[in-house]
Amino acid sequence: MTLYQRDRSWHPPALTPDYKTSVARSPRLPLLSLEGTVSELTGPRFGHGDIAPGDADLIANHAKDGDPIGERIIVHGRVLDENRRPVPQTLIEIWQANAGGRYRHRKDGYLAPIDPNFGGCGRVLTDDQGHYAFRTVKPGAYPWRNGVNSWRPAHIHLSVFGHAFAQRLITQMYFEGDTLIARCPIVNAIPDPRAIAALIAPLDLNQAVPLDCLVYRFDIVLRGRRSTVFENRPEGN
Amino acid sequence: MVQVLDDLKETPSQTAGPYVHLGLAPAAAGVARPGRDLGFGGVPGGVPGPRIRVTGRVFDGMGAPVTDVLIEVWQADAGGFYPGQPGAAPGFAGWARVVPDFDTGLFALDTILPGAVPGPGGRLLAPHLSLWLVARGINTGLQTRMYFPDRDNAADPVLSLIEPPRRRRTLIATGADGAYRFDIHLQGDRETVFLDV
Repeated sequence: MTLYQRDRSWHPPALTPDYKTSVARSPRLPLLSLEGTVSELTGPRFGHGDIAPGDADLIANHAKDGDPIGERIIVHGRVLDENRRPVPQTLIEIWQANAGGRYRHRKDGYLAPIDPNFGGCGRVLTDDQGHYAFRTVKPGAYPWRNGVNSWRPAHIHLSVFGHAFAQRLITQMYFEGDTLIARCPIVNAIPDPRAIAALIAPLDLNQAVPLDCLVYRFDIVLRGRRSTVFENRPEGN
Repeated sequence: MVQVLDDLKETPSQTAGPYVHLGLAPAAAGVARPGRDLGFGGVPGGVPGPRIRVTGRVFDGMGAPVTDVLIEVWQADAGGFYPGQPGAAPGFAGWARVVPDFDTGLFALDTILPGAVPGPGGRLLAPHLSLWLVARGINTGLQTRMYFPDRDNAADPVLSLIEPPRRRRTLIATGADGAYRFDIHLQGDRETVFLDV
């Protein structure tokens, strides 16, 4: 077994100067290409014992004396690999700002207030078909020190494991119709507009819960796995 | 016309940003969450193998420590088996998260010395830790390895691919006897070798 090669012209390159922090934090020398070894083709597994019940519900999981303020949404989708096979029982971790764009992080000093009933982090395992869902409030845009007037679009960070350490992925989900998406240097670090589109979740109105919350759909694709057809080494598939 | 391949494209990566700890290491972010943080439990007492400590820092291209990095570690057990493989040591997760001190950038990892694992063509890979780094300013997580200065690295098939040979030392820690130092340089004269695996 091995993985499809990562298409690094589809992902953002390391050096994207409009996103200023990337300038000093990007390697200048080429990556060393390696055929996958057991070190990359295995990876950690997680189970229900690893996460607290209800940790997929960000409306409730840090609530103290009420619900958080903000637009109530559900985000759901599937984790598939490039072969269109579902990735079951894989861990997704999410984090985001509150409805006003403020993160619950000791290093965030934005003047918008903390929401006492909102933590902004959660975890969920995909089911046997690769489905996942979490409930939260829609995050607000927030300013950041890049240009003098740079604002991130509303976004949710997602971290996904897959079943091999080389499938490890962190990305950001954006919301359909957000006019800040096209202006964001972190989004535009991705060269191909089709790849940017893959990060924008459409409104899934058919799934909305009437009189309760709206729904967005976000599917995630991890690197495909393949059996090695011809190969000069004794290794099981 | 030809038949159409219907493979999907991988979801593109984005930076983990400065607040990655909120999602992956909430205690470091200053948030107590329901349940425990994953990857910070250490190695249970019953797991066999020599205990080791790795300390180090990650530096940017100007030599400044990257204080908001998050590192994940994946490694074999003392017998050279990864968790999930037949023969693997029970109770050993093989996976850990590392968050440095937010002021100094200094990190510490307490784990066990991994055994050698099978590599291409039946050759053994010298004992190593696989590392994955994410941070603000890193658009796609960086993969690298740490090897041990007091193990036999001469025949390692991955180290031997690195040209020029002097760059191989960027993947080999310093120190000995279970106390190792491993600094990672994202850019510049001492740039660490990063892998496309």
